[in-house]
Amino acid sequence: MYTSTSRLLIPLVLTAVLSAACGSSGSSADDADPTSGDPSSPIASSSPSEGSTEAPETEGESLAGVKLTLMTHDSFAVSEGTLEAFTAETGHEVVLLQAGDAGELVNRSVLTAGNPEADVMFGVDNTFLSAALAGGVFEGRSETAVDAFGDALPDGIPLDPGGRVVPVDFGDVCLNYDRSWFADAGIEPPSELGDLADPALAGLTVVQDPSTSSPGLAFLMATVAEFGADGWETFWSDLVENDVMVTAGWEDAYYGAFTHGSGGEGDRPIVVSYASSPPAEVIFGDYDVPPEQAPTGVVADACFRQVEYAGVLAGTDHPEAAGQLVDFMLSDTFQSDVALNMFVFPARGDIELPREFVDYAEVIENPLVLSSEEIEANRSDWIDAWDEVMAG
Amino acid sequence: MTLIPGRRAPVAPVGAPSRPLLIGLTLLPLVAVGLGVVWPLGAMVERSIRLDGQLDLAVLSEVARSGAVRSAVWFSTWMAAVSAFATVVVALPAARVMALYRFRGDQIVGALGLVPFVLPTVVVGTAFWSLLGPSGPLASVAERLGVEGLDARRSVWAVLMAHVFFNHAVVVRTVSSLWRHLDPRLVDAARTLGAGPWARFRHVTWPFIAPAVAASAVLVFLFSFTSFGVVLVLGDRGMATVEVEIFRQLRQLDLGVASVLALVQLGAMTVVLGPWSRWAQRRSSASGRTSGDDHRRRPGSLSERWEVALNLLVMALLLGVPIASLVERSLRTADGWGLDHYRSLLDRGSSTAAVDPIAAIVESLRVATLATLITVVLGVAAARVISTSGRRWVRWFDLALMVPLGASAVTVGLGLLITFDEPPLDLRGSPYLVPFAQALVALPFVVRILVPVLAAVDDRVREAAAVLGAAPGRIWRSVELPLVGRALGVAAGFGFAISLGEFGAASVLARSGTPTLPVAIFRLLGRPGAANLGQAMALSTILVVVTAVAVLASGRLRGAVGSDGGGFGS
Repeated sequence: MYTSTSRLLIPLVLTAVLSAACGSSGSSADDADPTSGDPSSPIASSSPSEGSTEAPETEGESLAGVKLTLMTHDSFAVSEGTLEAFTAETGHEVVLLQAGDAGELVNRSVLTAGNPEADVMFGVDNTFLSAALAGGVFEGRSETAVDAFGDALPDGIPLDPGGRVVPVDFGDVCLNYDRSWFADAGIEPPSELGDLADPALAGLTVVQDPSTSSPGLAFLMATVAEFGADGWETFWSDLVENDVMVTAGWEDAYYGAFTHGSGGEGDRPIVVSYASSPPAEVIFGDYDVPPEQAPTGVVADACFRQVEYAGVLAGTDHPEAAGQLVDFMLSDTFQSDVALNMFVFPARGDIELPREFVDYAEVIENPLVLSSEEIEANRSDWIDAWDEVMAG
Repeated sequence: MTLIPGRRAPVAPVGAPSRPLLIGLTLLPLVAVGLGVVWPLGAMVERSIRLDGQLDLAVLSEVARSGAVRSAVWFSTWMAAVSAFATVVVALPAARVMALYRFRGDQIVGALGLVPFVLPTVVVGTAFWSLLGPSGPLASVAERLGVEGLDARRSVWAVLMAHVFFNHAVVVRTVSSLWRHLDPRLVDAARTLGAGPWARFRHVTWPFIAPAVAASAVLVFLFSFTSFGVVLVLGDRGMATVEVEIFRQLRQLDLGVASVLALVQLGAMTVVLGPWSRWAQRRSSASGRTSGDDHRRRPGSLSERWEVALNLLVMALLLGVPIASLVERSLRTADGWGLDHYRSLLDRGSSTAAVDPIAAIVESLRVATLATLITVVLGVAAARVISTSGRRWVRWFDLALMVPLGASAVTVGLGLLITFDEPPLDLRGSPYLVPFAQALVALPFVVRILVPVLAAVDDRVREAAAVLGAAPGRIWRSVELPLVGRALGVAAGFGFAISLGEFGAASVLARSGTPTLPVAIFRLLGRPGAANLGQAMALSTILVVVTAVAVLASGRLRGAVGSDGGGFGS
């Protein structure tokens, strides 16, 4: 089978590559008319039984709907049937493009601003939002679903007055601790951020490098918000004194160094993770009967709130359909689905939380927050300063 | 045009491709690398220094003045050199065993050797942690020696160990595929003339295998030079290769600095590789005396059996322990051992977060098959040019083909998004983009493996075929292909394994809804909970099995292709 390599396969492969190049060109090639859908349909009610048109079978022919590409991060997840409900309602199909974490999303979308890879982007959070807005990534909209649900959004969720993005969910980056480790050791777990510098808790904490990790960056911001511009560096040098361990990513911290997450192989019972990690531990844990409480606890006093946004990408061929998809993310259907799939809290406060969240998740009453303008102005400086503190 | 410079120059360029064919063979891989790597990288750099139509060189001076950049270049260079040296030293005895002896299960050992290559860094990193951490075996050995509380989890030693672990097979396979063609009569003759073991190695074996050793060393160097995940997970905080520095700049949304750093990395790589390629070109003239026979035999004497057994033991320890700990984790459940994690992988819930293992395997195999096909075609063309044309430009051609390994993968990935973004060449949605990118990463391997073997083919065999009236194409088919069939199989195996384990391109460029296995593993590891960890480990184990089976199967395929009957298929 190798016999004809030089003479035959070369043109073959070239043809294959080139024809692939020209043949399939993603969603932008769909030239279905976006206005023929049902642009005025309210997204508040997402009843799939409205009898709207079926999803189009063949590209280009359908007048009912278009194929929308949703660019999002690797952690994106919905129940089966959720996006189909959107299709049933509007006729638009949704294709997922999962493109790394929030930071990578912003880089890609800024690079391709104006000629986007997708129609809608979901998952840029408040630590990166200003950069994306400044990069001209999103298209402004005169009205969004926020107008309908504004009252249901809790305080502390910043909104974009230009209507370019809507908040979809939020998660709190918090210190987690291994309950049984502290019970066995007979030590009190930390109750506030400052406790980490307590010599009694020396050598027990693992955090992530803010220059390489998203929760690591959020935790750095938590310390900035807690101790202020003058105090946070002192706190970190105290942490160094107290033998804090730093990993590059969340995975190595949680599954490698954290005593509970690593199944006993790690040696750090305190880790930077999320407020929603304890319910995830129960849902993805080996329990025959639901436990009294989750195996890990959250230090509720030391949480930084990350809000995730969605918006229409500037330059999309289907702005109206894309706007419908963005607004769909604030509908009952989507909002009540996010908790158990992405382990975040729905942005709308009037959405009922699933039982696992009620039983095992701590609702953070007073999260630490910084404005996204302040974050944008200082992000690099904070990371550089942090690097210097850690170098000693 | 002579066949191989400085040697028994034949009267006519026997068996060499005709001129138009040569041009075609040269252009094909060059165009592929140019389109796939150089252009996107250039586009990123161009964007970063041209703001609003004005040339802005501030970013260049910023990078040039940065101490962090200088130390990253220095660290990348010395750490990669040490990694390459250490890997060669550790792997050479194993290469000898695999080259000289036939033994039961030798194919399985060879296939398993490639497994580290495909394992996700985080998975391997945490496996290393449990070995190097304060409660691991290393610390308890150190304690007995009087060193208390040793914690080598994040250290340059851990990085070097991991590089040896990942790259062991590169040296073993590249070197042994040439070494097994060394005619044992040459060694016997030296022995008869009174040469001791060292003198025999120094004067007979080494000159023969040196091109392959150099080739594999340079591959390990490049892999370590651009090392990213290993340094992030196992390196000390603040320890950074240029690639890590690029990643950190990208995290801070500084695309300009990141692009210029990618250029710096490529430049540094060229500076290091320049002298190497000159040496390698001179070196290739030293070989050229094999008829392509496989001279392996069963280990006879007691000392030979010991040699095989000891080497297998070392490989089992070095490669086997981290893999075994992975398999163990995949079987560990709340109440002992079991297949629970495998079962729950198959029994998916209704969330799109759940991973479909079968679909992921199919997608991985689809991508890897295409990538292997492309890389073998490009690699054979390139190796043919390099091994038959002695012209000066060939050295630069050779160097250019190494670029995909030295280029910053993440920067190239981003560059592809802005270069092929307009019809008719909007590649961003193409299902061939990922295999194409992976094929380019594997290309240097295919070239480096094939060139020493092709150069070692005895010209007299080619000449004889030409005298008998065979055209160049016929000579390639009937003479060279059977001789290099084994090396081609090795190269294809590498291409397949590289693609199976590749993460960057698969996650940045993929458009199909189905993730490949490494991407699926990464997604599972992104959420807390014992079941997610267990399923990630189970899926990693599946990746190990798929890799081993695929590599073994490519060996079988080779057996069917090799028409010599002389054991190439084994």
